[in-house]
Amino acid sequence: MSSHSESIIREPLITGNNITYAQITDDILRPVEKLPGRAWWMGFSLASTGATLWLFAVSYTFWYGIGSWGLNKTIGWAWDITGFVWWVGIGHAGTLISAILLLFRQKWRNSINRSAEAMTIFAVICAASYIVAHMGRPWMAVYSLPLPNQYGSLWVNFNSPLIWDVFAISTYFSVSLVFWYTGLLPDIATIRDRATGLRRKIYSVMSFGWTGSVKTWQRFETVSLILAGISTPLVLSVHSIVSMDFATSLEPGWHTTIFPPYFVAGAIFSGFAMVQTLLLIARKVLGLENYITMFHIEAMNKIIILTGSIVMVAYTTEFFIAYYSQVEYEQYAFLNRYFGPYWWASWSMFCCNCVIPQVLWIKKVRRNIAATWFLSIIINIGMWFERFVIIVTSLHRDFLPSSWAMFYPTWVDVSVFIGSIGVFFTCFLLFVRVLPSIAIAEVKLILKGSSEQDKKRILASGHVDKDQAEFYIESLEKFDSIEMAEYQKA
Amino acid sequence: MSSTKFILGCFEDPDEMMDGITLLQQNSVPIYDVYTPMPIHGIEAKLGIKDSRLGYAAFMFGCLGGTVIFSLVYYFLVHDWPMNIGGKPAFAIPDFIPVTFEWTVLYTAFGTVATFFFATHLFPGRTPRVMDYRATNDRFVIAIDAKGNTPHADITNLLKEAGAVEVKHNERKYVSYEI
Repeated sequence: MSSHSESIIREPLITGNNITYAQITDDILRPVEKLPGRAWWMGFSLASTGATLWLFAVSYTFWYGIGSWGLNKTIGWAWDITGFVWWVGIGHAGTLISAILLLFRQKWRNSINRSAEAMTIFAVICAASYIVAHMGRPWMAVYSLPLPNQYGSLWVNFNSPLIWDVFAISTYFSVSLVFWYTGLLPDIATIRDRATGLRRKIYSVMSFGWTGSVKTWQRFETVSLILAGISTPLVLSVHSIVSMDFATSLEPGWHTTIFPPYFVAGAIFSGFAMVQTLLLIARKVLGLENYITMFHIEAMNKIIILTGSIVMVAYTTEFFIAYYSQVEYEQYAFLNRYFGPYWWASWSMFCCNCVIPQVLWIKKVRRNIAATWFLSIIINIGMWFERFVIIVTSLHRDFLPSSWAMFYPTWVDVSVFIGSIGVFFTCFLLFVRVLPSIAIAEVKLILKGSSEQDKKRILASGHVDKDQAEFYIESLEKFDSIEMAEYQKA
Repeated sequence: MSSTKFILGCFEDPDEMMDGITLLQQNSVPIYDVYTPMPIHGIEAKLGIKDSRLGYAAFMFGCLGGTVIFSLVYYFLVHDWPMNIGGKPAFAIPDFIPVTFEWTVLYTAFGTVATFFFATHLFPGRTPRVMDYRATNDRFVIAIDAKGNTPHADITNLLKEAGAVEVKHNERKYVSYEI
């Protein structure tokens, strides 16, 4: 029941005094109901400029063909597939937060799941745009679908991981979209019932006529649980299949059985970094410090250090197995990776993903907003390099030394990449303006049991073990949204 | 005869609303529905609402999705156009697993959500049947059909006793129809 208070030793998930249900609605809907401030406009101008650049660069690619990229006959995949894998990986954190943490009943997910899921959807859009762009002739995308055609019909090859990927990415995108939108319905209804005129009409259509009756809520929760249950294996399968694009080939450096778990860990690692990048700014600009608290930031940092360490183990294992396999080509691929002409990319990857994030073991760093944000950028860069290293360093020196080459990006490669970041941020900034960036109903659900004011009430009632109370008050020190003076006098 | 159609007990607190339900039930006042801004755990048992059967639907859709894609792939690669890839069998079940899995998930997700929308009458553009605008914001609303439930003053008192901050006597069932 909603009144069930948690143990006092757990940190609060909602801070601040006098937080009522109405207050939660007001706080979360402020960016949606008020005109945007200067920070938003600045961000939006920058992002939409990037999106325009993307539009131009992609159109250029379609017009002149992928010859406008820096690819050559040895390196047939470079920034395109790097960007694709990078974006898909970033998307994974959203599903992890919304699905896996729901199954584990982690209540702290309630205030970050909505924006993380939105991030998933926008990231997968960016990823999918790379797939279409790298075909060169985008209208040929239809041939990746098993449709009857005039050649026989000649069907797509279901033995190929690239076709598995078509199914995985499209399923992932559509299931994430459905999950996200179903969760949004109650919150859209909240906006609808507070709006007037045309706004009310628009949100009314979007709300599907949601009323919040008992049966609707009961079924809603069942649906959420089922979707979480199937999204969990789905998200793990998606990056496993992406990794099989490489792992099932015979290319030294790609042909490894460790790839699926290694890619999944890397995806969650980079995804959480992107969540931090976005939310640390969003909580400040949108004034949501009471809902996305230091506890949330630290919890995400803990996931980052865990998955980052898994990635480090994977890098080392790969290197060791190359040596241990006694396969000459494999050994060469890995020696060349770290000590060949692309040594700078590999060591950037290793430093950004493995060495620097280790500072997160230190409590002070984990609880420092500036440091966390800086680290999240470092990890984003590192994870981009990881994909670049895997793809380009494995390809650039193939079995035939006469065809060895280097990859030099053209302005189109760079513009498509920078532009895709613009597309991502444009979508995200529009999202925070028109839809609630925090799941309102889900935050209300934890108000009575897990908020600071509820804990305060329990403390004031005096029926608390003294050590536990002290432990709890100590744990509050890390919060930037809690005034400690109140507790000192008690 | 009173023109009141529905009596709404608006609560600020979900637990007080639950007390209100208990009190009404003890006094044999039937409850039409309850509207809340968030899911209330334990309310279904109290109001005698059966467990949702969406799980069965989800399972069926999953089975359907898996069967459809597996049959399709069998038709494409084994029956219609078998390919000789290094002399290996055309019916390569392990290779069919990824797509079979993906479509199982796809059908489950879309099927379950479609069933949910169908069963709950949700679709884009449906006119919202709102009894109280604050029920999606900060009010927990118990709705009682006024017809046959008299005297209304007693019901009002019961709701007030349980802690309702406001009791409304609405002459129309849905306020959202007024605009």
